[in-house]
Amino acid sequence: MKILVCIKQVPQKDVPLKLNEAGTWIREDVSYEVNEPDAYALEEALRQKEKHGGEVVVVTAGPARAQQVLREALAKGADRAIHLEDDKFAHLDSVNTARAIAAAIAGESFDLIVTGLQSDDFGAAQTGVLLAEILGLPHATIIIGIEKTDSGLRLKRELEAGHYQWIEMPSPAVLTIQSGINKLRYASLIGIKQAKNKPLRKVAWAEVEPKLGKNLQQIERLYVPVKQKKTEMVEGPPAEVARKVVEYLKNSARVL
Amino acid sequence: MADTILVVAEQREGKLNRASFETIAAAQSIAKETGWQVEVVLPGSSIAALAQELAQKAVARVYALEGASLAAYTSDAYVFALKQFIHEKQPKLVLFPHTYQVRDFAPRLALALDRALISDSVGYKHENGKLLLTRQMFQGKFAADVSFAGDAPWLATFQIGAFRGEQAEAGSASVKNVAAAETTPRVVPHEVFQEAKQAVDLSQAEVIVAVGRGIKEQKNLALAEELAKVLGGEVAASRPICDNGWLPLERQIGSSGQTVAPKLYIALGISGAIQHIVGMKGSRTIVAINKDPEAPIFEIADVGVVGNLFDVVPALTEEIKKARAGA
Ligand SMILES: Cc1cc2nc3c(=O)[nH]c(=O)nc-3n(C[C@@H](O)[C@H](O)[C@H](O)COP(=O)(O)OP(=O)(O)OC[C@H]3O[C@@H](n4cnc5c(N)ncnc54)[C@H](O)[C@@H]3O)c2cc1C
Ligand SMILES: Cc1cc2nc3c(=O)[nH]c(=O)nc-3n(C[C@H](O)[C@H](O)[C@H](O)COP(=O)(O)OP(=O)(O)OC[C@H]3O[C@@H](n4cnc5c(N)ncnc54)[C@H](O)[C@@H]3O)c2cc1C
Repeated sequence: MKILVCIKQVPQKDVPLKLNEAGTWIREDVSYEVNEPDAYALEEALRQKEKHGGEVVVVTAGPARAQQVLREALAKGADRAIHLEDDKFAHLDSVNTARAIAAAIAGESFDLIVTGLQSDDFGAAQTGVLLAEILGLPHATIIIGIEKTDSGLRLKRELEAGHYQWIEMPSPAVLTIQSGINKLRYASLIGIKQAKNKPLRKVAWAEVEPKLGKNLQQIERLYVPVKQKKTEMVEGPPAEVARKVVEYLKNSARVL
Repeated sequence: MADTILVVAEQREGKLNRASFETIAAAQSIAKETGWQVEVVLPGSSIAALAQELAQKAVARVYALEGASLAAYTSDAYVFALKQFIHEKQPKLVLFPHTYQVRDFAPRLALALDRALISDSVGYKHENGKLLLTRQMFQGKFAADVSFAGDAPWLATFQIGAFRGEQAEAGSASVKNVAAAETTPRVVPHEVFQEAKQAVDLSQAEVIVAVGRGIKEQKNLALAEELAKVLGGEVAASRPICDNGWLPLERQIGSSGQTVAPKLYIALGISGAIQHIVGMKGSRTIVAINKDPEAPIFEIADVGVVGNLFDVVPALTEEIKKARAGA
């Protein structure tokens, strides 16, 4: 199987974020990491390759810093990488992000394309599905199990509230992967060394720009959400905090 | 004719998804401010009774979009039928509940119509004649007002719980049957099922101590177990904990896990992502312990403790033991 994995670089989960001056995005002087479900998508691709043979290609669209997520993927076992490298890629909506990726892989034919089910920053949960529409391929979302069959794929979809469904579809196809589908591996030292010599193709903005359209949605402003509930905040040394919480539970909430 | 807001309602196996009524409530609210009218479309097969149920709401009309290919959900058949329908009706705004099913087809439908989809909105604003959709960003740490930059129809989805279904105004609308445009789907769907029967029923627990990724390591779960024990409660978790296999899936709280409403819910090292919150926001008292004062969990907590759970939890367990002994 020849598999493409779409990986987005997002701000690290635990870092404090600040608004930029225009109030349209965050200040970018933070540390970044691989979008969590994308790590699971990569792991699944590597496992499928180990089972069925083939090639795993990873792609990201983003500034120079995003190369890090490709390096990590190569170290874990991906065969080669494609970097759509330009600050401008970060300003595209999901449709144009999908168009850019589609343009960058024109001429290649993948048996399977996997993405994360949504990003931890913007979180549109659209890019993978849109990529399928652009490429004219069938797709399925929120996948937590993949089996290759003679005619295509047998897939386990997660549904709401602990429900699941098996579906079948022909390949090539695009799947969006849910966290928890597998157990992630770590990169080995050898892997990290080998990654340095694996091919990484850069795609410039100008190469894909003719395929892009206007963003059909716009962020007017970004802000800290207004609190809806009155929360009693307690701070201080642990013993004192514990006393205050217990007092609340006894006297106000009456649950003790 | 007035501009129309079209609500795409959802059903599965003869039952309406209740989130459809939330979206109708959202549409009615937007209609009041804009003067637009609300219509509803329900795709499916043999759905007359369900369409009648929707018609008990204050909307201008309900369309039953009927087709054999829509009997069991597939993205292919839904996109094909709805694309045709929306193309003919040319509504101003098309609204969906942000369900798993909608996530699966709505982006593709929007692109097939060459239009934008603003997904997972939690509210809206109508400012100087411009419609803005509010959505959570960065896992709930920020909110953004997003506008449509292209032509209508505009498509948007509303997060589950963003509006209240029981607030959808009652009325009586006519139902119109429409034959759906049909295609042969590439996807073959099988039965929807649940995994083997659950051993614990968290929905009956009066006290739940839930742990999130802030617990760091599996062995630290003991802290939560202690606390749950002195409270006579059950231990539960956010998704990453169950993904790691540290606790069984049946103890996961949230949109893809259990929905609970205990008297007391204590969240340890849980950030408060919406998919977690929908599973526990009905709890009577919520205590959150988190080292990040900006964590979204504090927005729904009754008591918020900003601090290191490894210091606070043992102290709290001790204090509760004392209170119990004294009582
Ligand atoms: C109007 C507007 C303005 C924006 N401005 C900024 C900005 O100033 N700075 C900024 O950083 N972002 C900005 N964004 C965010 C933008 O870059 C989104 O990330 C992009 O639209 C992709 O959508 P998403 O993140 O919601 O991905 P989703 O659709 O939620 O992602 C699903 C999956 O698609 C894949 N994927 C998504 N994006 C990429 C990518 N770039 N490379 C490889 N795979 C990917 C991943 O596998 C991911 O898990 C803006 C978005 C909009 C709509
Ligand atoms: C379709 C879909 C379905 C999903 N279903 C579910 C679901 O059913 N249930 C669910 O929970 N999630 C679900 N999720 C995932 C959800 O979006 C979040 O990723 C998840 O809830 C985050 O879990 P967390 O809060 O434990 O981890 P994080 O978001 O990583 O938060 C960890 C928190 O711990 C705090 N912390 C760290 N160290 C300490 C310390 N020493 N003391 C105190 N605090 C500390 C941090 O400040 C942080 O706030 C779903 C997502 C999707 C897309």
